[in-house]
Amino acid sequence: MRKQDPKVRAKNFSEVALGYDEAEALEEASRCLQCVKPQCIVGCPVEVPIPTFIKCIREKRFAEGVVALKGKNALPAVCGRVCPQEEQCQEKCILGKIGQPVSIGRLERYLADWEREHGFQLPERAKPTGKKVAIVGAGPAGLTAAADLIKLGHEVTMFEALHIAGGVLVYGIPEFRLPKVIVQNEVNYIQKLGVDLRLGNLVGRIHTIPELMKEGGYDAVFIGSGAGLPQFLNIPGENLGGLYSANEFLIRVNLMKAYKFPEYDTPIRLGKHVVVIGGGNVAMDCARCSMRLGANVCLLYRRSRDELPARKEEIENAEEEGLVCKFLAAPLRFHGDEKGWVKSMDCIAMELCEPDAKGRRSVKPIPGSEFSMEVDTVIIAIGQTPNPIIQMTTEGLQVNPKHGTINVDENGKTSLEGVYAGGDVATGAATVISAMGAGKRAAKAMHEYLMNKK
Amino acid sequence: MKTYEIVAKTELAPKEILFEIYAPDIAVKSLPGQFVIVIIGEKGERVPLTICGYDRKKGTVSFAFHEVGKTTKELGLLKVGDRIANVTGPLGKPSEIKKFGKVLCVGGSIMIAPMLLQAKAMKEAGNHVTTVIGARIKEALIMEKEAHAASDKAIVATDDGSQGHKGLDFLKELLKKEKFDHCVALGPVVMMKDVSEITKAFGIPTIVTLTPIMIDGMGMCGVCRVTVGGKMMFGCVDGPEFDGHKVDFDELILRQRLYLPEERVNSVLWEIGECKCGRNKA
Repeated sequence: MRKQDPKVRAKNFSEVALGYDEAEALEEASRCLQCVKPQCIVGCPVEVPIPTFIKCIREKRFAEGVVALKGKNALPAVCGRVCPQEEQCQEKCILGKIGQPVSIGRLERYLADWEREHGFQLPERAKPTGKKVAIVGAGPAGLTAAADLIKLGHEVTMFEALHIAGGVLVYGIPEFRLPKVIVQNEVNYIQKLGVDLRLGNLVGRIHTIPELMKEGGYDAVFIGSGAGLPQFLNIPGENLGGLYSANEFLIRVNLMKAYKFPEYDTPIRLGKHVVVIGGGNVAMDCARCSMRLGANVCLLYRRSRDELPARKEEIENAEEEGLVCKFLAAPLRFHGDEKGWVKSMDCIAMELCEPDAKGRRSVKPIPGSEFSMEVDTVIIAIGQTPNPIIQMTTEGLQVNPKHGTINVDENGKTSLEGVYAGGDVATGAATVISAMGAGKRAAKAMHEYLMNKK
Repeated sequence: MKTYEIVAKTELAPKEILFEIYAPDIAVKSLPGQFVIVIIGEKGERVPLTICGYDRKKGTVSFAFHEVGKTTKELGLLKVGDRIANVTGPLGKPSEIKKFGKVLCVGGSIMIAPMLLQAKAMKEAGNHVTTVIGARIKEALIMEKEAHAASDKAIVATDDGSQGHKGLDFLKELLKKEKFDHCVALGPVVMMKDVSEITKAFGIPTIVTLTPIMIDGMGMCGVCRVTVGGKMMFGCVDGPEFDGHKVDFDELILRQRLYLPEERVNSVLWEIGECKCGRNKA
C-alpha cells in the first residue's frame, strides 16, 4: 500500500498509509483463493466473512461487500487500519504459507472508506424488544456491543465519561494512524442506528451501576470502561515537569489536539530531546507524535529488539521516520533544573536472562553500568491499568485484586446478574479488536439473558 | 431549560464570577468537596472548578472562577441563558463531613465560595464553625456576608491589611487562645501551605483542597499527580482533598506553573483576536 514519504510524514499528522484505489483493491482481491474452508475467518476475533466481502470487491459489488462486512464488524474503517492482521486473519491465509497473504486489512479499509464516500446504509433492526441496555464507555468494546444490541431490537443508552466518544480510538491512537473523522463517522453510524449517546457522563459518579438498574430501569449493563489508569516507574524525579505519562501525552495531542495549539486551547511542551520509555504500540505512538512535533526521539527499552511488544509495522514506520532505539537499558532516576523541569536521567544497562516458562526473557541490571543522558522530555509508556471508579462504586462486582480488572466468564458475564464487561477493563491493556470481540460476545450473551428473563 | 444553561450569574468582585447552571444529573449527586470539569467549546480545554453549591430541587449546580486565563475570561463573557458546551461531574471524592467539635474553615480568594459550602455542611453536622476569609486586597474580598451567615464566627484577613487582619499570622494567636479539632483550607497553594504549617504546630488535623493542573479529571492522564506523605497521588481521583500536613506544597507550586507561559500566550492571543479558535473576543 502506498504510504506518505517518511521525510514528509514525519512532519505532519496526516494519515501515513494512503489506502488502495479501486484498481489496486481489485488486483489484491483477485489474489484471494476463495477457500472452501476459509481459515482467515477463524483468525478473526469477530468472525468477519472475509472471503465473501473479498468476492464482492472482485465483482465490484461494493455495497453488498459493506453489508457482509458490517454484519459482523460495526467498525471496519477502524479495524482495517489498526488491527494486527499479521497475527490474526492474515496469519491464517493459505497464500501466506508460500508467499504474501492477501492484504485483508487493506481490503477491509477500502470497503469501509468506499462506504463513507458513498453514504451509509442502515441495516434492518429487529422488532423492539422493550428491553433497555446501558453501555458504559464509548470505546471499541462499547461501540461494538451497542451496535449489536440495538440491531437486535433493544433500547441502548451509551454513557461516555469524556466529552468526545471513541475511547482509546480518540484519546490514544494518533491522527496519523487513525484519522479522528473516521472514528466520528463510526460513532455517527451507531447513533443513526438509534443509540442514545450521553457524553461527559461518568458512570460511578453520576449514576452507579446498581442505580442504573434499579432506578434507571436498565435490564442489563455492559461495562467497557477500558484501561485508563497510567502506570509510573516509581523512581525519583518522576514528578518533574517535562515528564509525561503516555496517557497524558496522548490525551493532550490526540483528544485535545495540542499539536494545533493555540487554535485548540490545550498546550503541550516538548523539548528537542525526547526519551520514550517502553516498547509497546503506545510507546511507538508517543515516539511518532513527538517526532511530528519536531523532537529527536530515543526509545529506551529494557529488553532487546526481539522482545519489543509493538507491531513490527509500527516499529518499521517509526524507524523510517527517524526513531533511535536504545535497547537493554532502564531508567534509575531523573534530575531537574531550578524551575522543576527534567534535564537529565540516569540509566543502567540490562542483560537478558534465560526465557521463563512462557518463553519471555526477563532482564537484570548489569552492576556498575550506570550512565546518564541529557533529556528535555520523558514519556513513560509502560502500560495502563483499569480505572477503578466503577469497581469502587459497584457493590458485589468481583474484581481481580492484583490487576484491578473485572472478573468475567468467556461471555463477559460478571458476578452481578445482568452486568457484563469486556475489553481492557476485563483483560488489562490489549488490542482494539480483542475489545471488539469481547463486546460482540457479551452482546450475544446479553441478548440471550434479556430474552429469557421474565 | 437546556442542560448546562446558565440560570444565574453573580459578580462577587471584579473578575470573580459565580455561575449557577442547570445540570440536574450533576446536582443530584454533588457533595461538598467535589468538582466539575467545564468545556467551553469544541476546541476548548477542560477546566476543573470546585463545586460551591447545588440545589437538587431546581436541578442546578454552582461554581465560581477568577477571570485569569483564556477560558475563564471567555466564561466571564457568558450571560444568563447562554449554554456551556459540556460540564462533567461531580468528580473527586467528597469532603468528610461529620461532627468534629470546633472546626476552623479557611478560604482564600475565589475558593472562599466552595469553602463556605463546606462550612455550611460542617455547621449542619453540629460543629462550631469559625471561618476565615482572605484576599489579596479589600476590593477582591468576596462573600463576607455569606461567611457571617454560614458560621458561628467569621474573621477577615487581607494580604495588605486593607481590611481585617494583615496576613495569616493572627491565626497563631487565635490557635493559642482557642482549641480547634479540625481545619479545612481552600485557596491559593501558598495560603494552604501557610495554614498547614501553622496548624501543624498545634496538632490540628488539616484538610486542604488541591487544584493541580488536570485534563480529564478522572484518573487517566496523571498530570495532577502530587506527593502526599512521600507517595504519588492523583489530585482528581485520590483527592482533591488531602492531609495538609503531608502534602509537598513546593512541588505542587512548581507543577502548577508548568504551563504558565503557554497559558499567558493563549490568553493574550485571544484578547487580540489572534488565537484562531473561532471564539475570539468580539
